[in-house]
Amino acid sequence: MAMKQNIPRTQPRKSATFDEYTLSEIRRAAVTGIYDIRGGGAKRKLPGLDDLLFLGASMSRYPLEGYRESCGTDVVLGTRFAKNPIRLKIPITIAGMSFGSLSAQAKEALGRGATIAGTSTTTGDGGMTQEERGQSEILVYQYLPSRYGMNPDDLRKADAIEVVVGQGAKPGGGGMLLGQKISDRVAEMRNLPKGIDQRSACRHPDWTGPDDLEIKINELREITDWEKPIYIKIGGARPYYDTALSVKAGADVIVIDGMQGGTAATQEVFIEHVGQPTLACIRPAVKALQDLGMHRKVQLIVSGGIRNGADVAKALALGADAVSIGTAALVALGDNDPELEEEYQKLGTTAGAYDDWHEGQDPAGISTQNPELAKRLDPVLAGRRLANYLKVMTLEAQTVTRACGKSHVLNLEPEDLVALTVESAAMAQVPLAGTDWIPGKNKL
Amino acid sequence: MDILDLKEVGVRGVNSVLHDLELSRNKSYRIDNPMGQHAIACGLDAQMQVQIEGHVGFYCGGMNQQAEIMIKGHAGVGVAENMMSGMVHVSGNASESAGATAHGGLLVIEGDASSRCGISMKGVDIVVGGSVGHMSAFMAQSGNLVICGDAGDALGDSIYEAILYVRGEVASLGADCIEKEMRAEHMLKLKEILEISSLKADPTEFRRYGSARTLYNFDIDNADAY
Repeated sequence: MAMKQNIPRTQPRKSATFDEYTLSEIRRAAVTGIYDIRGGGAKRKLPGLDDLLFLGASMSRYPLEGYRESCGTDVVLGTRFAKNPIRLKIPITIAGMSFGSLSAQAKEALGRGATIAGTSTTTGDGGMTQEERGQSEILVYQYLPSRYGMNPDDLRKADAIEVVVGQGAKPGGGGMLLGQKISDRVAEMRNLPKGIDQRSACRHPDWTGPDDLEIKINELREITDWEKPIYIKIGGARPYYDTALSVKAGADVIVIDGMQGGTAATQEVFIEHVGQPTLACIRPAVKALQDLGMHRKVQLIVSGGIRNGADVAKALALGADAVSIGTAALVALGDNDPELEEEYQKLGTTAGAYDDWHEGQDPAGISTQNPELAKRLDPVLAGRRLANYLKVMTLEAQTVTRACGKSHVLNLEPEDLVALTVESAAMAQVPLAGTDWIPGKNKL
Repeated sequence: MDILDLKEVGVRGVNSVLHDLELSRNKSYRIDNPMGQHAIACGLDAQMQVQIEGHVGFYCGGMNQQAEIMIKGHAGVGVAENMMSGMVHVSGNASESAGATAHGGLLVIEGDASSRCGISMKGVDIVVGGSVGHMSAFMAQSGNLVICGDAGDALGDSIYEAILYVRGEVASLGADCIEKEMRAEHMLKLKEILEISSLKADPTEFRRYGSARTLYNFDIDNADAY
């Protein structure tokens, strides 16, 4: 029976399923009739390297003295077949990012920063620019399905070749450069009319499958007289088998890119719903190498959401030989800087969330072909910032490594790690903290 | 003419000689016993003449610059892929992806070419004496593909600015590829390409195909065509 008094109202309750972002996306799609395209990698919360901890040294392990006892960071990549392997001072490389998606100034800054730090940078879809070759002491040349800007002169100028099969943000997907970023120079490099949307194919035009790829890699080796290491870059899809097949296809180096890895422009649905987190990719890839007796013979580079020296050290401890950074490198150059907040607001976003890299209006002058915006980025200054950041990451990795009693970052091992969650313990195949339980391997 | 016996020196031995430009520039070579091996005469970077006496495997003449390569036999996948300049001539048939992504030069195939002939071509001229398979000129960006015989399904799918000339039947056209008027300038260009290729065909018997340019910028109402 209803009582004669004011009826208490329940609090308005918002749906966990239809959250604010989802509602806004439905409304946007309904008005525009187009799916959301953006840059960057997966933004959702994922099991990641933060879910792992180093144990450090205590009674059962001897640490090394910080600032005194040396801790090596050098890495050699491409020792399997190439006459001239790549020698890096640090285990952190700069991932492939295209001229077209990035300004010439940004590409130059990446080259400058990498060179100061003693590491490599990588071209992207659209070919090699003079700026990046000129400023990059070690340059990896990407060989992509579109073959935009692909020519044998640049192939010979490169220090290594990276055959791109896929990337973490969109395993199984091609690229997209919308018309507003197709300047005269970009159009000329890609042999396409100015102002049209440029699709980058998702499959290579002249090989299908690892058997063909083996023959293709042989051709690339013949053209470059077997001098240059050949990498295969794969998105984090089926890391065990994809790694094994890459070894079979003749890779010197395998780059595996998890779903936190960024892209210049792809559908939101692709970025957030296809592929596996970086953490889930590392151990299966390492196991494939170990099963084939190729661990440390074919080097493994891990990328996708690497942010600091702890991430670097954890990836190496799980069995990688090096890591690669993209998004973090752009942030070091000045991407999403809070100092530009007013301009981000004008674009309907905020510093830290700006991801409309495909629209070419980047106030930081990085993901744009607008000359006025691009010239805001000082390549010398931005390059120095990147170099500083790379050195800090390296120092952090060394700090952790010494604490584990290891004299080289490549001496880190899974035994140095524990996991904070059951999920991360299962993915990393290290014990849940406080236990000796590795899910799937033994019982509590 | 210098003779390189591939059976004796292997692919590496052959390519090492051809890549030594101090030695090979402006010279003529005959390659005996190619045995269907892959990557023969790829990455050449100077004017020279190379005659291959037999069938070749994948990527023969790949990324060619300036050299004239005559293949007296059939060619495997990706013959003259990404060629920049010069000429590759196949006296027999060619497998898939002939002339893929090639930026320049001339590829002549006297016989038939399989699927994806001229895929993503970026400026090369390709002349096929016979017919081509399905998905030929897929995403073709620029250059001319001349087909003296018939074309398989989905010719010119998602084509950009390349021009396709077909003398025979077209099984079907791909997305955004349409027949276009054969104007005087096209007739002249076709005549010129045919003459250089040394293949005999009457330009007036060809029809021209190219991009309708309706898919150049994204439109949700074209979603069924993407």
